[in-house]
Amino acid sequence: MLHVRDTDRYDSFTRRTIIVAAGGSLLVTGLLARMYQIQVLEEEKYATLADKNRVSVQLVPPLRGKIFDRFGVELAKNRKNFRVLIIPAQTQDIDEALDALSQYIEISDTKRKKILRTAKRQSKFSPITVAQNMEWDKFARINIFGPSLSGIQPDAADTREYPYGSLFSHVLGYVAAVNEKEAKSNPVLMLPDFRIGRAGVEQSSELQLRGEAGNISQEVNAYGRVIRELDREEQTPGKDLVLTIDTDLQQYSMDRLSEVDSGAAIVMDTKTGDILSLVSAPGFDPNEFNVGLSQETWDALNNDQFKPLYDKAVKGEFPPGSTFKMVVALAALEAGVISPNEWISCYGAVTLGNGKFHCWKRGGHGAVNMRSSIKKSCDVYYYEVAKRLGIDAIEEMAYRFGFGQTYDFGIPGEADGLVPSKGWKIANFGEKWQQGETLIAGIGQGYLLATPLQLAVMTARLANGEEQVRPRIIRSIGAKPVPIEPAAPLRIEPEHLAIVRDGMNAVSNEQGGTAYWSSRMEGEGFTLAGKTGTAQVRRITRAERAQGVKKNEDLPWKYRDHALYVAYAPVENPRYAISVFVEHGGSGSKAAAPVARDIMQKVLEKDPLGVEPFQPVADSGNRSKNT
Amino acid sequence: MAYLDTSMGSGRDLRFADKLKAMDWTFLLLVILIACIGFAMLFSVANGSLNPWASRQMVRFAIGLVIFFIVAFTDIRVWMDMAYPFYFAVLVLLIAVDFVGVTGMGAQRWLKLGPIQIQPSEIMKIAVVMALARYFHGITLDQVSRPLFLIPVFAMIGIPMVIVLRQPDLGTAALLGATGVALLFLAGLKFRIIFTSLFLAIPAGYVAWTYVLLDYQKERIFTFLDPSRDPLGAGYNIIQSIIALGSGGLFGKGYMQGSQAQLDFLPEKQTDFIFTMLGEEFGLVGGAFLLGLYVVVLGYGIAYALQSKNHFGRLLAMGICVNFFLYLFINAAMVMGLLPVVGVPLPLVSYGGTAMMTLMFGFGLLMSVHIHKNTDAPRSTVSLW
Repeated sequence: MLHVRDTDRYDSFTRRTIIVAAGGSLLVTGLLARMYQIQVLEEEKYATLADKNRVSVQLVPPLRGKIFDRFGVELAKNRKNFRVLIIPAQTQDIDEALDALSQYIEISDTKRKKILRTAKRQSKFSPITVAQNMEWDKFARINIFGPSLSGIQPDAADTREYPYGSLFSHVLGYVAAVNEKEAKSNPVLMLPDFRIGRAGVEQSSELQLRGEAGNISQEVNAYGRVIRELDREEQTPGKDLVLTIDTDLQQYSMDRLSEVDSGAAIVMDTKTGDILSLVSAPGFDPNEFNVGLSQETWDALNNDQFKPLYDKAVKGEFPPGSTFKMVVALAALEAGVISPNEWISCYGAVTLGNGKFHCWKRGGHGAVNMRSSIKKSCDVYYYEVAKRLGIDAIEEMAYRFGFGQTYDFGIPGEADGLVPSKGWKIANFGEKWQQGETLIAGIGQGYLLATPLQLAVMTARLANGEEQVRPRIIRSIGAKPVPIEPAAPLRIEPEHLAIVRDGMNAVSNEQGGTAYWSSRMEGEGFTLAGKTGTAQVRRITRAERAQGVKKNEDLPWKYRDHALYVAYAPVENPRYAISVFVEHGGSGSKAAAPVARDIMQKVLEKDPLGVEPFQPVADSGNRSKNT
Repeated sequence: MAYLDTSMGSGRDLRFADKLKAMDWTFLLLVILIACIGFAMLFSVANGSLNPWASRQMVRFAIGLVIFFIVAFTDIRVWMDMAYPFYFAVLVLLIAVDFVGVTGMGAQRWLKLGPIQIQPSEIMKIAVVMALARYFHGITLDQVSRPLFLIPVFAMIGIPMVIVLRQPDLGTAALLGATGVALLFLAGLKFRIIFTSLFLAIPAGYVAWTYVLLDYQKERIFTFLDPSRDPLGAGYNIIQSIIALGSGGLFGKGYMQGSQAQLDFLPEKQTDFIFTMLGEEFGLVGGAFLLGLYVVVLGYGIAYALQSKNHFGRLLAMGICVNFFLYLFINAAMVMGLLPVVGVPLPLVSYGGTAMMTLMFGFGLLMSVHIHKNTDAPRSTVSLW
């Protein structure tokens, strides 16, 4: 028997225990309901999130296609870039990790600051490059000690290398880092240290050279450390390119041009338009653009008066001068405004209205027919011819010989030059075309502008005689030959062409020709036919002409005339066309013709078109497994 | 007056054999089963290794079993006599932590005694239950609701709470408070007083928020309300925990196959987040099974309380049950994102020594209540009162 009050409190306790138990049951039911909600109703959502956590898909950068010359010489290849990366997520303290690393490699204060700044900006799982392009022995040491260095990851990536350095700078261009705007379009471009073509063939064939990225799905833990590989899709290397260029010839042209400081030279196949060499001197080393240019180098390149970054071969525009005379002559013959045997007297100048038009030869050439007008490059003859022709006929013939247009043949940034016309004058100046301007155009001066490439095309068409050949620089892409597009017919009477060619032959091979002394070739069967040109870059005032025109040598470099020379060889059955441009070189016969002659000498000695070219095999050694 | 009770009921001492017979072996088996689930999870956490957690946990559990038997076979009246001295001893230890304690996980909770480290705040949870049960045993039902008699109750709950809060350990303080309040309720505090104080709790809560809670504690509450607010910081744990649970689905990813846990996305998975790991690897079925085991254990505990013929035993048993329940509920609710992350382990399963010992001590007391259910104790037999 219990105390009454005790019975009370026992009953109270039992009731309250039931309340507490009921409350507890309610709470447990709540737990189960919550578990049902997240584990059954929302399972899919969380399963996806868990996979996203655990699976990291990494792109494998594609191996860039190689570039070969016509004989299979490697002009652009890939080398191993030994890098050391730091992954902030895998280290407690970046500073400490870098201290430990500095036992093996030097880390400057600025470099360290840059790394710390980058680390703050981006995800802690993204690797930051600490050092790259390391020497093998240093890299090997870090590889050995790597495991003891937290967050440090040695890595061998592939990067571009140009074994010939500056020799092909304007043909190949270079590769450089991707800017943020471009990177948004394609995740491959966001890979660290990814490079894309920035000029030359590297730029124009970017998509073919790039290839396609592979990917690796990896299981990673919360610290980003890879646990195992789940899936792998191999990268597809970019396609190899074979160019029409001959490295020997390119090298010789560069060496020869280097002697004249600044200029351009192009050698073309007169039948196919294949470019055998294309040089703009001086060049720059594209390797430096890939590795990262120092400020000093960049400033030096930019401030150089010879403009090494500027591709004069396809971008340089200047009046073609006397090299244009063949076009005017052919226009006249085709139009029938003059007979090749008609003699025109040159007294050193002609007058038209108020204007006086001078011949380059002060005393005049005397009686000149078409052949000798080319041989001696008589200006007065062409003033007369141009006056009879009118600008429309000159314009039409200029286009037929490739002026005023670009070819989109693989080197971006081609200038299209300028072929003036009546409509152009009205559109740009709001003024009527003047007959005096036709006369000036007749000697390739005035508004007329051309590039060394266009002059080479003109010469190739003159030598070809039948087709409007177009330049080509890429022979094959991924072992597939690039077809030579069928060229439009030139539609010039053969006998008219013969007259002009005879004149060009006389320029180089007859005494009295403007380039007889400077471009006549030595050796058995080695002949070329050419034409000099001098592009005036300043206006000669009347006052100066009265006192005597200043000689080029007396002027500062940048006021001197540009020297030009175009030629084809051999004279009979020509296969090679050349155009040489010497910037501010003075006269064409003195400065440009010898360069052209020497290069052509080299061409004929080797006869690259007679040598069996490189036949790339589909899927060559380039498809190596990416490491 | 008090001696009146002594003559009634069975005051005789039980023999050891009687105790062995009265012992509920099913209950013990359930406890062992839950502990084994814990070992299995700790084995999985270590990537299929007994080290460093599972083996040590087994040793602790073995020691815990010894404690369980000793406590269970000790006469309930001894525990009644010991209630106050034990409480004061633990209180002293708790204060000592303030001076010579070791800081761990951002709070000063540990006390180094020779080779072992103990957490007095853990032991305090049992000590409070014992002291309160002893106190309520000694007063009548009417007295429970009298303000004068409530003062010692609030002192017994409040003093350790304040000390624990200072460490600062919000989770343990909340557990202490909740357990104490639950006992007060079970002892028969009038509903009128309960509702009045609930009403008063609102301004008190405001004061606590403004003056008592530390920034990191407030941060936890903010993050609890919206985990995505700080996905890489304080909210990270809870987001990863829910992802792990959810991705486990109905049947789980399989033992040792939980990617969230095995790949370290899940934090503190051997301690506070072990239930998440279980849920990820064994799914809803596994989680519900463990909860079910807990509920059965609690059911036994409640039955012991109701069967006991002395008030101290009843309150003691229920106090331990409430404490045990609060542990598992807070832990489970926390990993599911229902409560803020407060650092409360999952009983018997989470890795941790003091918690295991305290728990086994508590279960021992529960079993002592059961074995000695017929042992009556007079309202005041104790020398200290």
